[in-house]
Amino acid sequence: MKNIKMIFMLGTNIAAPGFVLNATPDQKFSLSELKGKNVILAFYPADWSPVCGDQMSLYNEMHRYFGKYNAEILGISVDGKWCHAAFREARNLHFTLLADFEPKGEVAKKYGVYNDKEGRSERALFVLDDEGIIRWSYLSPVGINPGADGILDALEMITQKNSHGQIKTSG
Amino acid sequence: MAKLKPPVSSQDHIQGNPRSPVVLVEYGDFQCPHCGAAYPIVKQIQKKFKSQLAFIFRHFPLSEAHPYAQIAAVAAEAASNQGQFWEMHDLIYENQESLSLETLILLAQSLKLDMKVFQKDMKNPRLLEKVEADFESGVVSGVNGTPSFYINGAKFNGSYDYESLSEAIDYFISQHAVNKG
Repeated sequence: MKNIKMIFMLGTNIAAPGFVLNATPDQKFSLSELKGKNVILAFYPADWSPVCGDQMSLYNEMHRYFGKYNAEILGISVDGKWCHAAFREARNLHFTLLADFEPKGEVAKKYGVYNDKEGRSERALFVLDDEGIIRWSYLSPVGINPGADGILDALEMITQKNSHGQIKTSG
Repeated sequence: MAKLKPPVSSQDHIQGNPRSPVVLVEYGDFQCPHCGAAYPIVKQIQKKFKSQLAFIFRHFPLSEAHPYAQIAAVAAEAASNQGQFWEMHDLIYENQESLSLETLILLAQSLKLDMKVFQKDMKNPRLLEKVEADFESGVVSGVNGTPSFYINGAKFNGSYDYESLSEAIDYFISQHAVNKG
């Protein structure tokens, strides 16, 4: 019988798997560095494909809005660190792009958003709260830029929840 | 998701009657070549549908990608303060390829704006705030690139060529007629 591999994307209210990946050619980045902050993980298929470019360009403009929610965005694809460096420079991107390069797609696999057949990550978004719990996730059709409205809704929800318990001021 | 927030109001730049059967909203960036390509198409659409269509433009400058997008948006707001938003909007798109600060000033001069007031308005933080408020409304409305169009409050995900837009608007007009009849 053929072994059919299904993608099971991580759901919500589960601790986000940790990881350490290259953020620049000579710098490693660990998810745990962002403890105490809300985090947006944007998995995307590839650096130079046109839709991703638009998606990353949009997030590049969103710093201020994410900052309002004490949130930081990380882009993740299987592209290598030098590829990311060139892409960031060409698009003038100001946020971190992580290279899920070796072993290829390991982090994407942990989050259940790796596409074995194509050898790349799906286009997927995860919003983590300041304790590293996944509060929202979204798998986008690969050719469609998911925009940022879902992310902002999720951040709004997290912020409201926090302020119901004890007041946590953001950013 | 992907509903226009906030809805069209008197704060918006509107061509036509906001109570027309079809209200078309564009989120646009003055330096975005795709918006430049959409500009004459929207004109054709307006010509075709006349009073059945109202057109609204909201700013969505991708300033990191397009260095003059935001200042061009502010220039359009500055022209708006002298009652010439749409004239400036049109001129910017018609001169998109040579967009620069100097170009914006030349365009303002060619509209015979009061240049003293215009220059002062260009530095007015309230105009920038207006542009940023448009941008923020775009983000929460699900704008994922420029141009993004909304027809009667719902995001239009089709392509923005003349036929597709025209077809979509025809559909809304026919719905409007059904609801009325």
